[in-house]
Amino acid sequence: MTDSKLALVGLGKSFGSTPAVIDVSLSLRPGEFVSLLGPSGCGKTTTLRMIAGFMKPTAGRIEVNGQTVSTPGSVVAPERRGMSMIFQSYAIWPNMTVGQNVAFGLKLRKISAAEVTERVDRILDTVQLRHLKDRYPAELSGGQQQRVALARAIVIEPEVLLLDEPLSNLDANLREEMRSEIRRLHDAFQITTVYVTHDQSEAMVTSDRIVVMNRGRIEQVDDPVSLYQRPKTRFVAGFIGRTNLLDGRHDGNRIVFPGFDVPSGCISSNDTSFSIRPQSIILHDGAPVGQGATWWIAGTIVERAYLGEYWEYVVRPAGSDLRLRVSTPPTVVHDIDRAVWMEIDPGRIVPIPPPGPRAEGDFS
Amino acid sequence: MSASLPKLHRRALPFDPLIVLWIVLAAALVLLVVNPLFRLVQTSLQDTDTGAFTWMNYVTAYSRPRYLVAMLNSLRLGAGVTVLCLLFAVPMAWAVSRTDMPGKGLIRFLVLGAFVTPPYLGAIAWILLAGPNSGWLNRVWMAVTGAHEGPFNIYTFSGLTFNIAIYSFPYLFIFTTAALDLVSSEMEDAANILGAGILRTTMRVTLPMVLPAILGGAIVTFLEAIALFGSPALIAIPARFTVVTTQLLEFFGEPVRVEVAAAYAVPLLLITVVLFGLQRRLVSRRGFVALTGKGGERRIMQIGPWRWVMLGYSLLVLSLSVLFPYIVLGQAALSKAWGRGFSLDNLTLHNFTYLLFEHETAGRSVMNSFTYAAAAACIAITLGLSIAYINSRRLLPFSGVLSFLCMAPFVVPGIVLAIAFYAAYAPPPFALYGTALILILAFATRFLPIGFANADAAIRTIHPEMEEAVRILGGGRLTAIRHVLAPLMKRNLIGAWLLVFIPATRELSSAMFLYGPKTRTMSVMLMDMSEEGNFESLAALGFLLLISTLVIVGIATALLGRDFMLRRERQ
Repeated sequence: MTDSKLALVGLGKSFGSTPAVIDVSLSLRPGEFVSLLGPSGCGKTTTLRMIAGFMKPTAGRIEVNGQTVSTPGSVVAPERRGMSMIFQSYAIWPNMTVGQNVAFGLKLRKISAAEVTERVDRILDTVQLRHLKDRYPAELSGGQQQRVALARAIVIEPEVLLLDEPLSNLDANLREEMRSEIRRLHDAFQITTVYVTHDQSEAMVTSDRIVVMNRGRIEQVDDPVSLYQRPKTRFVAGFIGRTNLLDGRHDGNRIVFPGFDVPSGCISSNDTSFSIRPQSIILHDGAPVGQGATWWIAGTIVERAYLGEYWEYVVRPAGSDLRLRVSTPPTVVHDIDRAVWMEIDPGRIVPIPPPGPRAEGDFS
Repeated sequence: MSASLPKLHRRALPFDPLIVLWIVLAAALVLLVVNPLFRLVQTSLQDTDTGAFTWMNYVTAYSRPRYLVAMLNSLRLGAGVTVLCLLFAVPMAWAVSRTDMPGKGLIRFLVLGAFVTPPYLGAIAWILLAGPNSGWLNRVWMAVTGAHEGPFNIYTFSGLTFNIAIYSFPYLFIFTTAALDLVSSEMEDAANILGAGILRTTMRVTLPMVLPAILGGAIVTFLEAIALFGSPALIAIPARFTVVTTQLLEFFGEPVRVEVAAAYAVPLLLITVVLFGLQRRLVSRRGFVALTGKGGERRIMQIGPWRWVMLGYSLLVLSLSVLFPYIVLGQAALSKAWGRGFSLDNLTLHNFTYLLFEHETAGRSVMNSFTYAAAAACIAITLGLSIAYINSRRLLPFSGVLSFLCMAPFVVPGIVLAIAFYAAYAPPPFALYGTALILILAFATRFLPIGFANADAAIRTIHPEMEEAVRILGGGRLTAIRHVLAPLMKRNLIGAWLLVFIPATRELSSAMFLYGPKTRTMSVMLMDMSEEGNFESLAALGFLLLISTLVIVGIATALLGRDFMLRRERQ
């Protein structure tokens, strides 16, 4: 554990009898960028506020550089953790100029005035706000305020940088720009970072690893590619990207779904649930040429929508009530009510392990 | 469906009937606001006998040193009260809004108690507490130390300053807590996580952010203090010094020199207008507090043992303001002679029965106060609501002028308003002096801004789409008002009505200059009785006033929620 910058060990938080965070364990390498991702109420913000020291855990502990900073018994005050944080509302102090906001943390550290000025100027250059140093925050746009918050948090070179849904108040264009900016700053300063978000694309653009949380627990911790391609739980498969979740059962060398069946091929007999991304399904007008391990499913187009960059179809397999979503390139056009064949490469089918006893009742 | 189409497609009327309403409202405002203020200025510039233009009234009003000293005294009084109020209110507001101090509910309740206590009643209580020698505090002091005289004397300049301050600080408390409640905890969290402790965070982040609100509250406190009539009349007159308001009363003595009073009052009006302008600019200054974004949940600061210090301080201030005064008032009200102290054989209900059934005018004054206040509240709310509605829905042009006039009395001190009403409606052809009507109209005008601001706030909470949804489905504007607007605003409007009614029941400064033999209000009655020195009846009457208020506030709190009175009015 000595090589971890920040470690959460069996961390838990209950409000009264309502658990908000349950048994969260996580370890960050120095300089690592980790996102906590999940729907609202999943416990990600509570976890972050416990890391910051604003909340006391009711179970487990938090370590920074191997030293315990939070236990249910005692919590090192936020101001003595050497961390910094970016808030949902930015929390830029309206009574101070941009320069004063950024210098605040440095002045508390008894750094000489000359060095404060130098470091403030340097970080404002980095976030391209040098020209606004003497302005008040009310005169700045949302994106500029966000940059001030970033500068203020980074300039003190914190042990750990915490971000609490920092982009949720920005419009879509700015959000894309700022998430790259956050990653750029991280690469420049190599600060160990915990980033809370409910937006998966934010998490995927910025993070080295993503922690998917649901109902207070960690569902999966992985890098963005693995998370998307090999989700380990049904929740992760559904939450990260769009997908079709199919539940079937094994019958000899076939897998039987409601209304149709496919060859089981190399799929292990333990797996009965599968995640198939819409873009992993290919639509054909005619009947299959070869069988083999590939899944071929006959069906009918029941809905379609043209989204410019792709077509989105809903296909009902013949003899079934299931509705599968299929994305195709914009040039592949099928009419509603037309019979089609769906081709699915088994290599792109992700079996979802059955829910373990721990998560019983978690998947409704 | 097609059957109802012809009805739906009725042609638009050639003119909007709302124009008539506009004219009625404008006429009412001219009567209540424009004409009195115009007559005030006119009277101050007119020779009473010939009606010719003259500056002589101003010369008379400012030619004697005595009159100028009164002005100076008022300014000193205002400044002293403001400083004391800052010391009382700001720490208490911070502790209640931001820290884990225990007993916040109790503190808020006691501040509400101080808020609803009319300052003149507080002055009477403090005469019982700190009158030279006979005051309770002096008697306790003498008993404890064996001294022959006590150190406290309310009949001094500092006594008056202190007395006004302990009943004025709730304004500042309300301003400050309202602003502090708006400061997102994330602002403080951000300072915390960068390494600032509680003290530094409070001094560098929290208080600077609410500074405009504190300064704004201080200005209001200053203005309230210099416009106050009751406490100075009770304390300054026996103490033989004058302030502006007691000087104005002197001008109203025999013979009534209303033109000099008007000239003397105009500067008070101007100071008030200028300072309120400043206050508005401060409070609405961009960048302060407004920047909240999506405020996270509020986090309470843990201040350790200091929370007991803060609680002790708050309770000390509130004991001086509410607890002790109420105890001595209660004792006096139930005593045969208050000086005989707390004993069973001194206990009597006679003071109450005397007031209600034997005294020739006291019982009537109680009735007067409540009927005038109710009538004034109805007028103020009706006017305020109509204008706020027209204004917020942009139904008619120039509605901004109407709402401006509605708010205008806010900057007119009660005593100045009374002189203005006297100037406008006492002489023929109106000759309303001493009638119930002039009192009701004066009260309605005085509290019109409260009625308007609250009605306006109530309307703003209702999105116009609520009404538009009714109308697109075929309901007229009146249907929308009856079935959607009125039910949604009911609670807020009752609250607004009470916020006019309650201060109107104890209004003194405007009543003092307009009442007649049959139209005494409770507040006027109290001043009359204080001259007789009958403190037992005085306390009993004060108690009737307080108890009735408490009952009303209690019912309202049960119906409308705890904070309906301590909420800061939107201006």
